[in-house]
Amino acid sequence: MNAWANIRTIMKRELAGYFTSPIAYVFLVIFLLLTGFFTFTIGNFFERGEASLVSFFTWHPWLYLFLVPAAGMRLWSEERRLGTMELLLTMPITNSQAIIGKFLASWLFLALALALTFPVAITVNYFGDPDNGVIIAGYVGSLMLAGSYLAVSCMTSALTRNQVISFILSVMICLFLILAGYTPVTDLLTRFVSPVVVDIVAAFSVMTHFESFQRGVLDARDVVFFASVIGFMLFTTGVIIRNQRAG
Amino acid sequence: MRGALEEWREELINVEHLVKAFGPKLAVNDVSFSVERGEVLGFLGPNGAGKSTTMRMITGYYPPTSGRITVGGHDMVEDPIAAKRLIGYLPENAPGYADMTVNGFLHFCAELRGLQGDSRKRAVHRAVELCFLDAVLYQSIDTLSKGYKHRTCLAQSLIHDPDVLILDEPTDGLDPNQKHEVRGLIKRLGETKVVIFSTHILEEVEAACSRVIIIDRGRIVANGTPAELKARSPEGRLEDVFREITLPDTVHHAHARPAAAAEVSA
Repeated sequence: MNAWANIRTIMKRELAGYFTSPIAYVFLVIFLLLTGFFTFTIGNFFERGEASLVSFFTWHPWLYLFLVPAAGMRLWSEERRLGTMELLLTMPITNSQAIIGKFLASWLFLALALALTFPVAITVNYFGDPDNGVIIAGYVGSLMLAGSYLAVSCMTSALTRNQVISFILSVMICLFLILAGYTPVTDLLTRFVSPVVVDIVAAFSVMTHFESFQRGVLDARDVVFFASVIGFMLFTTGVIIRNQRAG
Repeated sequence: MRGALEEWREELINVEHLVKAFGPKLAVNDVSFSVERGEVLGFLGPNGAGKSTTMRMITGYYPPTSGRITVGGHDMVEDPIAAKRLIGYLPENAPGYADMTVNGFLHFCAELRGLQGDSRKRAVHRAVELCFLDAVLYQSIDTLSKGYKHRTCLAQSLIHDPDVLILDEPTDGLDPNQKHEVRGLIKRLGETKVVIFSTHILEEVEAACSRVIIIDRGRIVANGTPAELKARSPEGRLEDVFREITLPDTVHHAHARPAAAAEVSA
């Protein structure tokens, strides 16, 4: 009954933690600079001559690969390093409330970063007549993708008190989640194994599901996929945190 | 019409056959005791004896390998939320969120304890007064001196006026005046609550405890009032008793311990 109150308390503290340190500002500035650079310079936003945000969203899986673990690596490793984990988990709250609260705070922070890219959407509407439904689907997909990476980072940060290790592990896992469905890799795979196997591997990839959002398709299966990645990773975080104390 | 005396005898903590294993090593080995309201219990023992591990189990941080802990009648494993509500806990090294102010940190802890609005403000104010934190209220925790950092975490443990206080080395890193203050506070709080605190300062035990438990290598090796323990030595000194009970192992520890102890305190 007061589960939500506990989650909200933890969320508030975690979110404030981003903004009382320079992390939030450094992250937001770098995120916006990089999205701008990829979209306009490498993605040839203007030269494409089409009113869409394809050149904007295409880069998100790669951009998030480094930025999301950077935002999530401290979630639990910092608690362990400072010893505040002992304080937090002896409070009258459940492990899940702590895990969900911390996760939601970081996700909200990433959502804020993503929301600050609104000038791109305005630009494309100013110059042309894009399908805004596709753009909204693109944003939803991007947010789900960020959430999945974040849940991975949450899990790796529970593994270690060292933020660098947490970061590297999380980048590796996210890279796998990309590559399993990345076209050059799946093309290469089809030469060696049957297409059925390639499809199964690709089904585990965030790319496959992210791309259908970018085509403007809001398919329940894709939403379920991202929700299951998040759910599974947060559940694993809980198991790790419990096991560390079980000795 | 059950009198005050009845309540006085209320058993708030009961620990039965508590065992904690880290891999093959038994950090706590078959520890049983109970504490009644109005008692101040001192945990004594050499470093790595299992004091912190025992406290971490009572506060619900470590699940016990076997054994049973009840706090105010609530089983710590079966009903941890109800049990944790009754406890205020000062962990070893007094952790705190580095980027928060003392005020923000105390409000956060009060909120997790379910205190809202005015009652939260009053609770924070009371804890700040008890621990003399006025001067640093809006300072961030990472800029505090060790003494203030310690008192901030102590304030956190008192914020919901708990029935049970578990303090892991509450006077560690304090100057003599602060030590004196904290001992006085423990004694005062112990009149109406249960206080369990660990220390390796023997004079502290004599100054503040109504009962002492000496733990060595995960086992209880002595349990009694300071006076009873002192009576065991011909000179009537607690230090002699402590050395006699725990010394034979200390030499042994120096060789066998390092890796395991690092793991446990991690």
